[in-house]
Amino acid sequence: MTPDGFGIGARAPRKEDARHLRGRGCFVSDIHMAGLQDVAFLRSPVAHARILTRSKPTGYETSVLFRDDLVGVAPIVTRSAMPGYKLSEFHPLVADRVRFVGEPVAMCVAATRAAAEDLTELVEVDYAELPAIASSAAGRAPGAARLHEHWGDNLFLETSFDSGIDAVAATAPVRVDLTLSCARQVMHPMEGRGLLAWWDYRASQLVVHASTQVPHLIRAGLAEMLNVPQAAIRVAPPDIGGGFGYKCLLQPEDVAVAWLALTRKTPFRWIEDRREHLVAGANARQHNYKVTAYADRRGRLLGLDAEILVDTGAYSVWPFTACLEAAQAGGNLPGPYDLAAYRCKTYSVATNKPPFAPYRGVARPGVCFAIELTIDAIARAVGREAWEVRAENLVPAAAMPYTNITGKQYDSGDYPASLLTAKDLIGLDAHRVGPARDAQGRYLGIGFATYTEQTAHGTKVFAAWGLPLVPGFDQAFVKLTPDGALEVKAGIPGIGQGLETTLAQIANEMTGVPFDTIRVTLGDTATTPFSTGAYASRGIVMSGGAVSRAAAVVAERIKAIAAHLLQVRPADVTFRDGRIHAGAASLTYADVAHAWYARPEQLPDHVDTGGLEVTEGYKPAVDTGLFSYATHAARVAVDAETGQVEILDYVIVEDCGRMVNPMIVEGQACGGAAQGVGTALFEECPYNDDAQPLASTLMDYLLPGPTELPSFRVHHTETLSPHSAHGIKGVGEGGAIAPAGAIVNAINDALVPLGATLRDIPANPDRVLAAIAAAGRAAA
Amino acid sequence: MKPAAFTYTRAAAVAHAIELLAAEPDARLLAGGQSLGPMLNLRLARPARLIDIKRTADLRMLAADSRHLRFGACWTHAEIEDGTIEDPTNGLLPHVARGIAYRAVRNRGTVGGSLAHADPAADWLTTMAVLNATIIVQGANGARSCLATAFLQGPFATALGPAELITAIDLPRLSAAARWGYHKVCRKTGEFARAIGAAVLDEPTGLARVVCGATGGAPIELPRTAARLAEAGATAAAELVADELAGLRGAAPSQVHAVAVRRALAQLATPAGAA
Repeated sequence: MTPDGFGIGARAPRKEDARHLRGRGCFVSDIHMAGLQDVAFLRSPVAHARILTRSKPTGYETSVLFRDDLVGVAPIVTRSAMPGYKLSEFHPLVADRVRFVGEPVAMCVAATRAAAEDLTELVEVDYAELPAIASSAAGRAPGAARLHEHWGDNLFLETSFDSGIDAVAATAPVRVDLTLSCARQVMHPMEGRGLLAWWDYRASQLVVHASTQVPHLIRAGLAEMLNVPQAAIRVAPPDIGGGFGYKCLLQPEDVAVAWLALTRKTPFRWIEDRREHLVAGANARQHNYKVTAYADRRGRLLGLDAEILVDTGAYSVWPFTACLEAAQAGGNLPGPYDLAAYRCKTYSVATNKPPFAPYRGVARPGVCFAIELTIDAIARAVGREAWEVRAENLVPAAAMPYTNITGKQYDSGDYPASLLTAKDLIGLDAHRVGPARDAQGRYLGIGFATYTEQTAHGTKVFAAWGLPLVPGFDQAFVKLTPDGALEVKAGIPGIGQGLETTLAQIANEMTGVPFDTIRVTLGDTATTPFSTGAYASRGIVMSGGAVSRAAAVVAERIKAIAAHLLQVRPADVTFRDGRIHAGAASLTYADVAHAWYARPEQLPDHVDTGGLEVTEGYKPAVDTGLFSYATHAARVAVDAETGQVEILDYVIVEDCGRMVNPMIVEGQACGGAAQGVGTALFEECPYNDDAQPLASTLMDYLLPGPTELPSFRVHHTETLSPHSAHGIKGVGEGGAIAPAGAIVNAINDALVPLGATLRDIPANPDRVLAAIAAAGRAAA
Repeated sequence: MKPAAFTYTRAAAVAHAIELLAAEPDARLLAGGQSLGPMLNLRLARPARLIDIKRTADLRMLAADSRHLRFGACWTHAEIEDGTIEDPTNGLLPHVARGIAYRAVRNRGTVGGSLAHADPAADWLTTMAVLNATIIVQGANGARSCLATAFLQGPFATALGPAELITAIDLPRLSAAARWGYHKVCRKTGEFARAIGAAVLDEPTGLARVVCGATGGAPIELPRTAARLAEAGATAAAELVADELAGLRGAAPSQVHAVAVRRALAQLATPAGAA
């Protein structure tokens, strides 16, 4: 940490908060513009149908648009190099065949959103319904209707990994079998998607104010789908109210609205409402597992055999495809465990639902739930405490760095230590000698989940997944201004993760320029250097690394000029207390800047002509990912009469390498865990057999609120990564990974006296009561 | 999610509201708007005219005597929670108010609006039933009274006629010795209940009532359980609940409903329940 107290490691107050806490942020829907028109989409009421006829209301021929009106617009086709992967065509408006309820059929334009919605009611569409595929099982059934006619089946992709497991299966003394499921969820950032697009005549550019995690990628995607040069598009995100993965996609609405502004040269906007979000967007998480685990009599894992189905929805999203989820699931199921034999098949099944999108944790909340319930099942089978079995199976610290059975390279950490600390903090020993029920008669239990989080995985990993855009170097720009302040610009947008603060802390660490005078600008493709964006827990590693490197170069140039002004050697120059020192003499940053900008006659003869501004790129030397890890421990009370679950205590013992700002790390851990509580207990988008969504408002789709959340107790350790700048690892997703595993293990621990076991999430009251009733029937 | 166009009129008085309602069959009354607002936005409700009665003075009347309190329909949940109007129920009324949705909803939502909207899971329907309240209804032909237990005729269907509105609620006073229990099972804070149990025992006046709410239809009175409560106390009464609920004709409430009623009785039996 620097002497002024705001470098790496400081609990610096967030620069973003001053505006957000006062309600002075500027989000897409806060932007006002003369002549702005609102867009509303007419969305399909049926899940699978051929469109027979469609007609516009008389007098509104130019206010209502169908697919054929979008001349020159290509469908969204996301390619992948994965062998056997099948392509889907996702049109910005339905061409001839509807594949999910909520798919945009017509685009309606008016002076207000209400008037645009009025127009949607006047459009007439005649649908010839087709049999709907409402689940991944239905999609794989023999004779199932096909979603994409030219495919031979309904599989986007099938993958298979087999290290050889037959010998283990034949000889292992202990075998457990689990069938598990995770519900379909919707992400629910506080701000939904949205964009405002307008034509800038001066710059000859389409300007797109989009709520996006990936402005530089959206620019490339829009240019491709609209068939215009990238130079003709500027993506300038305003404040963004959360992303969680939903906003790292290019979606049909984006293409359609951008086309309008490009074609008509007036401003248009579309703001996703909560119903659209629930019914037509942001789908995630729905997995089905069949797991067989083999172990010895002490519970040491000998082998794991799994089948994973992902209910992928109708289309492949751009640019992450329909298959990222299954690829991640298959690769991550072994989790933090030392495993010698593994077989896994995954199926990415096309269904009549909105396309599957990568949501905070991507696949790992599901696989963590699956492997953590499996570990507990093994412990029960061998009659030992789950934490003991877990501890003996975790990769030990002495084995680091460790390459696991699927080739993931765990860089550093002490996984068993995080588990043991969590066990002590949650008070397991006291719990085991205490009462099994509380004063209200509720059953008490404790559960654990330990995970690794692959963060900031880069070129090698994404290239292996065959994605159309592979992330490489992220870039940042750092400049000492004429008055001695610092400007930092990076192409990654701020989506709530606090980068305006943490990037300033890194710049402060490297240059000594006072934190208060460092200004960070993010995301605008016109003013920031290239970044692939904010996803995969990569921001602080990649953009942070780039800022570190650029700031280090600026620091050297500052020292060279300062040394000349003070007539000392550059090596004798140090930064301290917001000033530049050499022995007893000192300068301000403004003195040095003044020399470069205003008094060039004072500069040394061979001054670096790059001046006091630098753009640098960065990626870690080893870019297969930096593995953060944590153990979550939950203590719950289960009301066996109502099925209600209360989380009494919750402990997070996490390690994300060097923390740039522990307060922000805690915010990520708690925010992620809150979403994980939703996964564990509340959130679910059910569909009926016709693939109609049954949750279309927040009355049907329950999100946890403050009263449903425990006070998360966060404990940190810091094991630096050997591969990254400053030893930093990513931390954006981890909090969301473990809660379902920890909470459901705790529920199952509580229900031991009743013999009940839950295998499906969310563990809502109906499922809890059903599990108890099933146990009662089994015992009878 | 924007409403279809409508005309907005603020009613000056109850008579004015009735006149507007009678003149336009497609009109809807707007009180706090906490249920109607979302329905408008979802275009599930598409009235031609909204008649805003929130600021109508005669719907915020108060009249009290030694046996009753009558309060106007447009007092808010928050005003009852905060004790802005007198509580004649020995604490039950503010207790129920405090458990409705969230404070932001309670600040605007009204008792009359909630009753008229008639979601079977709403707290006031069950509460008024257990208190044996009377709902005062007014239409073009004048005012009439309707027992709270007969007010709900089915989900979102009430005894209100086409151009009638709720003007007030008439509550019998409980004595200072009265005890009550109110238990609702919700998936999370602020959600509509999955089941409600409500019980009142006022020994000095001989009042004993037990009601099961959030059943999908009208609140269900449990007279046998109530009689046992009066005779033998809450613990004995609790033993009857499942049996009496199971004996009902029609859609049988769930196990959770029996749990809610038993817990309400248990709360009644503890001294804190009367606080």
